[in-house]
Amino acid sequence: MAERRGGAEVPSVWALFLGFLGLGLIGFGGVLPLARRMLVEQRRWMTAEAFIETLGLCQFLPGGNIINLSVAVGLEFRGAAGAVAALTGLMAAPTAIVIGLGVFFERFRDDPHVQHLFAGLAAASAGLLVTTALKMLAPLRTRFFGLVITGLCFAAVGWLRVPLLPTMLVLAPLSIAITWWRTA
Amino acid sequence: MTGVLVSLAAIFAELSLLAFGGGNTTLPEMQRQVVDVHHWMSASDFSAVFALARAAPGPNLMIVPLLGWRVAGLPGLVVSSVAMFGPSSILMGLALGLWRRFKNNPWRRIVQAGLVPVTVGLVAASAAIIARASDGTWGLTAITVVAVVATLGERINPLWVLAAGAAAGFVGMGWF
Repeated sequence: MAERRGGAEVPSVWALFLGFLGLGLIGFGGVLPLARRMLVEQRRWMTAEAFIETLGLCQFLPGGNIINLSVAVGLEFRGAAGAVAALTGLMAAPTAIVIGLGVFFERFRDDPHVQHLFAGLAAASAGLLVTTALKMLAPLRTRFFGLVITGLCFAAVGWLRVPLLPTMLVLAPLSIAITWWRTA
Repeated sequence: MTGVLVSLAAIFAELSLLAFGGGNTTLPEMQRQVVDVHHWMSASDFSAVFALARAAPGPNLMIVPLLGWRVAGLPGLVVSSVAMFGPSSILMGLALGLWRRFKNNPWRRIVQAGLVPVTVGLVAASAAIIARASDGTWGLTAITVVAVVATLGERINPLWVLAAGAAAGFVGMGWF
């Protein structure tokens, strides 16, 4: 296991909480590059290779990538207590901020100025999500069957409003089977 | 109240284990449950909550505690957060050891690559649903289009885009 560690001492539960607390506070619009810098370069809790390997699992499993990463790092060093400390540290500041924004919205939502401000904010954040979708779509250009699955999934969930569970139960195994057939 | 909390727990616990490819893939189902099934808020309110969550720092699932809080106050916040982040975290703990063992197994890569098209379809559906609910007027649609164009090429901090969108909505009120 020694080669996975980044040279620093094994962090305490409190250090895990503080490390991820800082990450939650500064991570606007994408925590991933900041997480790598904090874990590998600044605090040297893990090597670059261990980071990539752990991130691979975080992206593979359901759940937010950074949330899974905090759980994995906490578990590796301090077991369940470490995982809880890292996860609550990561979530604490963003939760307080998002509820603060929610209170503000709730209080001033009848003010026409604030309504227009939030309508503009919502329209811009919809644009950010469209960009995310387009950037994820680009690498699929050369995978014809992949695009078919993407189109079916989009039509089912976005247009026909089919629930997520049956959609996943049909399309995920189908897509994995096609991938297996194309690579075999 | 208890009934609402049980519903929140059930919705987010299911989404927790279905959130392959990160948080944005669960938005269509979240919106369907909160708006269409339970009528806790309107579609445009859901988009406003999503926008608020985007404006906060941290992981992109910050919409979950905010939705819980809007629906059922502090208990809703706690129940929704634990239901959304608990099950996937426990799965993470169970999978950590197995992952190292199967790291070089070819099946792992096939499953991972096979899930990508589904993930992309879900994120595209999220974008369509949120955009449709956010863009009630031509002016707001224009803000969305400008935000897409601005962020497609250059690496620009999304906070600036959100601030510019809010300013444009504020200044343009009455015109569109």
